[in-house]
Amino acid sequence: MAQAILDFEKPIIELEQKMEELRRYADNPDIAKELSRIEKQVTQLQQSIYAGLTRWQKVQLARHPDRPYTLDYIGLITKDFVELHGDRTVKDDKAIVGGFAWLDKYSVMIIGHQKGRDTKSNLYRNFGMPNPEGYRKALRLMKLAEKFKRPVITLLDTPGAYPGLEAEERGQAEAIARNLLEMSRLRVPIIVVIIGEGASGGALGIGIGDRILMLESTWYSVISPESCSSILWRSWDFKEQAAEALQLTASDLKKQGIIDVIVPEPIGGAHRNHEEMARILKETLLDELGHLLKIKTEKLIERRVEKFSKMGATSG
Amino acid sequence: MSWFRRSRENIAPETQKKEIPEGMWTKCAQCGEMIHKTELEQNSYTCSKCNAHFRIGSKEYIEILLDSNSFNEYDRKLRSTDPLRFTDTKHYRDRIPEAIKKTKLYDAVRWGTGTIDKRPVVFAGMDFSFIGGSMGSVVGEKVGRSIDKSLKSKSSLLVVSSSGGARMMEGALSLMQMAKTSAKLGRLSDARIPFISVLTDPTTGGVTASYAMLGDINIAEPGALIGFAGPRVIKQTIGKDLPPGFQRSEFLLEHGFLDMVVHRKDLRNTISQLLSLLTS
Repeated sequence: MAQAILDFEKPIIELEQKMEELRRYADNPDIAKELSRIEKQVTQLQQSIYAGLTRWQKVQLARHPDRPYTLDYIGLITKDFVELHGDRTVKDDKAIVGGFAWLDKYSVMIIGHQKGRDTKSNLYRNFGMPNPEGYRKALRLMKLAEKFKRPVITLLDTPGAYPGLEAEERGQAEAIARNLLEMSRLRVPIIVVIIGEGASGGALGIGIGDRILMLESTWYSVISPESCSSILWRSWDFKEQAAEALQLTASDLKKQGIIDVIVPEPIGGAHRNHEEMARILKETLLDELGHLLKIKTEKLIERRVEKFSKMGATSG
Repeated sequence: MSWFRRSRENIAPETQKKEIPEGMWTKCAQCGEMIHKTELEQNSYTCSKCNAHFRIGSKEYIEILLDSNSFNEYDRKLRSTDPLRFTDTKHYRDRIPEAIKKTKLYDAVRWGTGTIDKRPVVFAGMDFSFIGGSMGSVVGEKVGRSIDKSLKSKSSLLVVSSSGGARMMEGALSLMQMAKTSAKLGRLSDARIPFISVLTDPTTGGVTASYAMLGDINIAEPGALIGFAGPRVIKQTIGKDLPPGFQRSEFLLEHGFLDMVVHRKDLRNTISQLLSLLTS
């Protein structure tokens, strides 16, 4: 895999390359010894680097171009995925994908934002920024899941809803608002997973559910650090401070009572080991689904509304 | 920072803002007409010459829309606890008392019960003057409680919005207020209690993308800026000037997102007629 390397990943990558070289001579006992010494060093280095990441560095990890995207997860954790298209009104939005699939023994509706990996696929996917049709397609598929009593899993990974002229003409705000309302009363379980970037209303538009899971190195907030910097500092240069101020990491959101579960990533991040990441996510989803499917529908919806009703910090 | 830049040459400067008038005489920002205070009040803070609607707050809307002295406010002093200890160029914990001092309000929405032509309503009105009418925990909670009250008392809900969007200084908690208010509106809808949403200048971002767009009836005042993304962001994204009237009430009506555009002077009457049709 062609790797994009973030600055703070460099020392690890360098040591790993050295290890690769040494492995060729591993039958030499001295080198084997050296090798195990370096291996230990790599593990320690990884642990110390990843434990001490700043919020901005986590944002960078969440955007890492080698991270698994929605369709990668679907490929790795489900079987017989049948992708469904279109909002039945205007068009098929390529920035949101969805369809029925088997997750182990469960037939589920799985929906997520989809980014591209290169310029061409990014243009095709509009960089994972949906237009109103995307949200309406997602809602259509969720209604389909409700009709056939299939649980819904949504995967969030977007830099935001697309701020374009046509998006406004076709009611970006209405599309998102409608989804919030309809998802809050959908009569099947919904599990939401933030797998990369959770930028504002564009993410929340498919983000109402009974359980909110967040992968360890992802972010979720009301605005991106860059836009926050440009508005509050009136300059693009304060994104690091903005990321700190916004408290947008998985552990931050757990403390704020917004998410339920932090899903651990393989050491170095999801992009270093797609299969392992998918395995952990699948296990977590199966566990959550098992619990949710035992709850009666009325109770489920009651709890879902209450869950979001409790969020906030006021006094007086 | 993006690795390419768009030319700013074809982007015109922002238009002027209309502000709440002070003093005896006010100049209309749209046509330049000088209007006397009494006349302005009689005209529900609109220009008698060009019909420009001045930006007003919850206090004025209560006077204009509800039966006199019928309003009973709830949770007046509910305020933000600065959960993130947010700091940009200023501390959020300093911004709040400054805004309170400036506006004599505790946050950007006021809610309570009242009547319109003797019909009971639950009313929530936003104040753009309080940190740009931004929605943080307090706005979400108060709008949420107004929905609860409407549900419990089975009286119609009327919300007058005016907001720049979600409040950045409360991070994801602000975002979740969109979820909170919309989820509660789902309950209200299931109970078949009418919700009339009035959108005024400006209503953008997270407020538009939640309760403001979810009215059984969506009404806007003429010429109000209404949208998801702000015009500046869209201009930067597409690198072109926006067409005249873009994201204004009339544009939204034309594209099917509003039921009607109503002059402020006719707003009370229209709402009263609707309430009568829906609840008698």
